Order: sequence, then C-alpha cells, then structure tokens
Amino acid sequence: MASLDMNAEGGPKFVGDPLKIPAIECGAMMDTNTFAAAPEHNEPLGFPGELLDNWQEVAIAKMGELAKKNRAFQVYLDTCVKCGACTDKCHYFLGTGDPKNMPVARQDLLRSVYRRYYTFAGKYFPWLVGARDLTKEVLDEWYTYYHQCSQCRRCAVACPYGIDTAEISMAAREILDSVGVGQKYCNEIIAKLKKTGNNLGLNPKALRATLEDLEEDLEDETGVAVKLPLDVEGADILLITPSADFFAEPHIDGLLGYAKVFHAAGVSWTISSYASEAANFGMFIGSYENMREVSWRIRQAAKDLGVKRIVFGECGHAWRVGYSFLNTLAGPFDFLDQNYPIPQHIMEFTSDALDDGILKIDKSRNDEFVMTYHDSCNVARGSAMGRKEGGQFDLPRKVIKAVCNNYYDMERDTIRENTFCCGGGGGLLTDDLMDLRIKGASPRMTAMKQVTADHGVTHMAAICAICKTQFSKVMPKYGYEMDNVMSVHQLVANAVILDGQETTDAE
Amino acid sequence: MISTVFAVLFYVATILMVVGVGMKVVKYATTPVPLKIVVSPAPRTKRGVVFRMFREVILFESLFKSNKWIWIFAYLFHWGMLIVLLRHFRYFTLDVWWWVEIVSPIGKLMAFAMLVGLLGLWARRIFQERIRYISNPSDHLMLALLVGIAGSGTMMSYVTGTDIIMVKAYMLGLMRFQIGDMPADPILMAHLGMVAILMIIFPISKLMHAPGLFFAPSRTQVDNARERHHISKWARNLPPLPEGIPAKEEGK
Repeated sequence: MASLDMNAEGGPKFVGDPLKIPAIECGAMMDTNTFAAAPEHNEPLGFPGELLDNWQEVAIAKMGELAKKNRAFQVYLDTCVKCGACTDKCHYFLGTGDPKNMPVARQDLLRSVYRRYYTFAGKYFPWLVGARDLTKEVLDEWYTYYHQCSQCRRCAVACPYGIDTAEISMAAREILDSVGVGQKYCNEIIAKLKKTGNNLGLNPKALRATLEDLEEDLEDETGVAVKLPLDVEGADILLITPSADFFAEPHIDGLLGYAKVFHAAGVSWTISSYASEAANFGMFIGSYENMREVSWRIRQAAKDLGVKRIVFGECGHAWRVGYSFLNTLAGPFDFLDQNYPIPQHIMEFTSDALDDGILKIDKSRNDEFVMTYHDSCNVARGSAMGRKEGGQFDLPRKVIKAVCNNYYDMERDTIRENTFCCGGGGGLLTDDLMDLRIKGASPRMTAMKQVTADHGVTHMAAICAICKTQFSKVMPKYGYEMDNVMSVHQLVANAVILDGQETTDAE
Repeated sequence: MISTVFAVLFYVATILMVVGVGMKVVKYATTPVPLKIVVSPAPRTKRGVVFRMFREVILFESLFKSNKWIWIFAYLFHWGMLIVLLRHFRYFTLDVWWWVEIVSPIGKLMAFAMLVGLLGLWARRIFQERIRYISNPSDHLMLALLVGIAGSGTMMSYVTGTDIIMVKAYMLGLMRFQIGDMPADPILMAHLGMVAILMIIFPISKLMHAPGLFFAPSRTQVDNARERHHISKWARNLPPLPEGIPAKEEGK
C-alpha cells in the first residue's frame, strides 16, 4: 500500500478539501508554455507552417467564420453574464490560483477580442465591455492559457447557460492553428497518425510483434491460447483502442482484459493496423476536418475488414468522439450489425457478458486492492454508455464491483458529472507541461487521499489512456506509487477465469 | 414636450428591442450545430430535454448545484422581477385582468426581493475577488441600471407616489398611437428612462442570456448520437473521403 506522505518531496502541498478555492494569484502560470509546433507538424494538417504575416486579419476572419459555422461558439460568446458560478470549477484554477484559469476568464481572453471586432458595444465602447484589440501579446496569451485547458467541461455542468469552455478553447486552438501557431504535441501526433494509423507511429510489423508477445504472456499466465488478432478479415468485432494499450502500463493490462473477455465470450474480433488508434487528437485542436479524417479511418478499416461491430477500448476522449461524434463524422454505419450500438464501449460489452453469466469470476483475486474509480472527464460529461441515462457512471462501477470485493467512491462533488480531469487531458499530456499537470491533478489526488484515509483505498481505476498515463506520472508526487492507477479491464483480467485455465494461485 | 420625448423614446426602444432580439434569435436558430455536444446529465429523449430545460428555467437547477449564494440572489431577483412585471400589466390594460389583480399585492412586495437579489449580486461582484476579477464596467452598470429601475419603482410605490391614473392613461394612449400627457414627475421619468435604456441595450448586451439559454446545444440537444445521424449542412458539403483503405496505405 502507498505510504501516506501528504507532502511528498517536490509535490504540491496537501490540501484537505479537494474543492478548496485558492486565493487568486495573477500571472501564476503565465510563463508555462507548451512547445510550439514546427512547420513539418502543422503543414500535414492543412495549417500554415509558421505565423502568417497577415495573421491578425486571418485570425479575426476565422473567428467570424467559426461563429457562423458553430451555434455553440456564437451563443456562448454572447450569453455569459459573468455570474461567477464557474470560477471555482476548473481543476487548473484550483491547482494554480491563476485567475486566467477560471473558466469565464479563460473564455474572456477570446470573448474580449470577439467583442472588439464583432459587437456594437465592443466596436464603439471597448472600455465599457472589456473589449480589446488582437495584438501579438493577446495571441501569445491565447496560446498559453488555451493550452492550460483540458476541455473537460466541468465548468459547462456548472454554468446556468450551459456555456462550455471546451468549445471556446477548441475554437481558440483552431484559430491559432489557422494562423500558423500550432502546438507541437497535438499536431505532431496527428501528423503521425495520418502516416501510420496510430499516435505512436507504430508500423504494422511492430504492432504484430507486440501483439504476439502479449499472446505469449497470456498463454504463460493462463495456459490458454488467448489471441490478439490483427487485421483478420471477416471477424465480427473491430476493436478500436488507444495505441497506449499496446505498450504502456497499466494500459496493456486493460488490453489483456479485453482479450480475455472476448475469448470467454467466444466472439471473433480483430484489431486493425490501419485504424490502430482510438484517440482522436483532431478534437483537441478543434478541427472538424482533422477529426473527421482521423475518424474516417475507422470506417475504412471496418469496411475493409468486413466486420459487423465496432467496439472501443478504454479511452476517454476517444469515447467522446466515438459515442457522440463518430456517427456524424464517419456514419451512418448501415453496413454494420444494427442490433448492437455503433460503436459500442468495451464496458458495455463486458457488462452484458456479466449479465449473461458468460464470465467466470473469482473476485478474491483482486483482494489485494481497495479500489476507487476516477470518472474520466470526457466519458463522464461528453458521452454515455448502456441503455440508461448515467450508464457512463454506473457501468464501470458495476463492472468493478463485479470483479472486486473492495470498492469505495470518492466525494460526490468530485465524481460522476462533477468529476475532475486527471490534469493531462485535451492535449496537455506532454512533459513540457508537467508543472501544470501536477498542479491540475491536485483536486483529484486530494479526493483520493480522503478515501485512502477513510477507507484504506489503495488503487484508483480509470478508463482513459490519458488518465492512466497522467496518474502513473503524477501519483508519486502525491505519495502514491505509479502503479496505483489501474485499468478497469486490468481488474477484470485478474478476476476472470477462462475455461481450461490453470487456477493455481499465482501468489 | 416631455410626453413626446418619452413617447418617441418608447417607440424607438420597443422597435430596437423587438427587432434586435428577433434578429439575434434568428441568427442563433439558423447557425448550424456541427456536432452533438450535450453535457451530462444528458437526457436521451426529447421529453427529457424539455423537462431539463423546464428545470433550468424555473429552478435554475445548474446554478443551484454550482453556487448556492449566486442562486439565492439570482432567484430572488429574477422571480421578483417576473412578478413585478406581471403586476405592471395593470398599467397597460383598460380593465385589470383578474390574475393581475391576484399578483398585484405580491408584486408590490416582490420589488424588495428584486432589490435584495440585485444588491446581493452586486455585493458579490464587488467583494468576492474572483467575480471582481471577471467584471467589466458594463457588468456594474447593468446592475446599477436594474437597481435604479427597481429602486425608482419602489420609491413611487411606497414613498413618493405618482399620478398613476395619468401614467396609465398615457400608456394606454401610446399603445393606440396617441400621445397624451405624462406626469412631470422626476422619479417617474427616471424610472421610464432607465427602462427604455434597458430595452435598447437588451439585444446588444449580456441580457441576451435569456433567449440564448434556449440555444445552448450543451443543454438543448438530445443525447442520441448513436441512434440518430446528426450532420450540419456545411459538413455534408465537405469533399468526400475514400471508402475502403487505399491500396498503397494498406497496412498488411
């Protein structure tokens, strides 16, 4: 179990209340900048390589274009009354105290410019409504603070008008991209995906070798030949999973969990090397066209392989795109089996398998863990699961409880639709933003410490590749070990007993 | 002279407000919604969305969940204002409608709810550092304007009084495009002048939150993205992408 050093070396100070509001500290994060994209990162995405000479003109025009193309952007710019209800909702504000990380202040960075060029009051009385010219300083400020937003939408739940800062933040990044100011992390990855089919740049050969290694591991562990098929034509199910599932811990253990569940359910399935990525970074940069292109690969792969169903692995933003956008971007999917949701989440699949009694479970195999569950922000607020409202909250908990004896929820205001982002979502999971990531994780970590203190919780499960990577990096800063974050299907993998499995206890 | 000035002011204000808000609403309604961006807790049916919006409008549900102090003051102000406005119908109809008779005594009291709410919101704007940080001069002026309207109205109701029969005759006249005489009461003139200003700035200010609420896709969309194909017009016209995997990219 983790040592409970509340003030681990180098880590931020322990705060007793995960919702504790800091005093504002102007400029606290103004120098925290993510690396800028080089021309070779921007150009494959259809953006100018470098800052345009007439960037101001282009940016203002782009803003107008987006307001015409997207009702949300237009309405959200107009309807904010500055009531302040969102000001204490952002994990980055709670973690840094920088007032520009308050959702409304973040929106205002752009709203102030919109007002200047597109509203009567801003054109003639800029001082009255806080309108300002789009200068290079403002552009730089956008770059800084719109890359301190993980587009988690916690503020949108709080807003009386449903204003979603993620929409503003995505638009801001698209405007920045359109004038040649891209973020290296996101744009490089999208460019890589367009070349290789996944964010890692993993080629089919390497992917096949990885999967074969994992098959061997599974056989060693269980004595059963559990397959991880690649590019199998005519399989029933196409699994779309984040490429982190192929190499990172604890992601891999989740992938092994899906494989065991599919094996136990006796379905034929496959991974596609062409669409070997669930995550869609096109969403982070607010680019409909790029998001569509990335999504389209899934349609192409499904058609090419002739599958009947698409199932998504554990990936938060992927599931938002999968659940909410895929039908729009790459649908309708009339060539797939209409008896199943398109796409389906692995959690729905496993939940159904549990209901049908297909899975043989030995819960005691997870007895060493006392679990809690972190609702990944994009799953929680931008998607759903199952047939009932709130299924995205209930299904993962149901699955965890079905395979673990010890489970406790964190404080109500920090879970379900009020969950915090892990601190690394929305294109911020890059080492150059580590300071921000550690600070942004503080509300979640504080909530976890409460359940550790109250119930002896040792581990936190999540269903998002970013959450898992982020927590394995930042948890040590808060007195936990890096493996205190787990995949939900890792727990499933531990507990499920396959037919013919040698059940001598591994411990 | 004063009567004519106010008559012109009210005609202009009414036209600007109706046309301005109408144009904005048409703009919102006709702007495409490229994606399903409904935010949790998201209803799966249209009926669910209607119920959700009903709760937002009647109860300010999200605000209640996110900030109790703002909710209390906002609730007092908005509901106070609604009932006060309903009471004002008595000055615009020859025979006072029965339900206006019923709300009138409450309406007179609700002016205080409105004032308490406004002053509470204003106090937060001044003393709560986060809200002070996000406030622009216009945010304070808007509250000043509303406090001015509510305050002058309350003054006339409870302290100074005004020749209300004459006011009513003047208003009924305006509604029939006849400009009668308005009492030369400075408080009344201030009251009506500020109301006219509020009407004029309505479509170009944050007051648009009232109609805008009904056009926020995060709240008004039905969460049925997997069941219903949703696509915007401009997205439908994007260049088509290839079906199937292009041979040279084939990853096998």
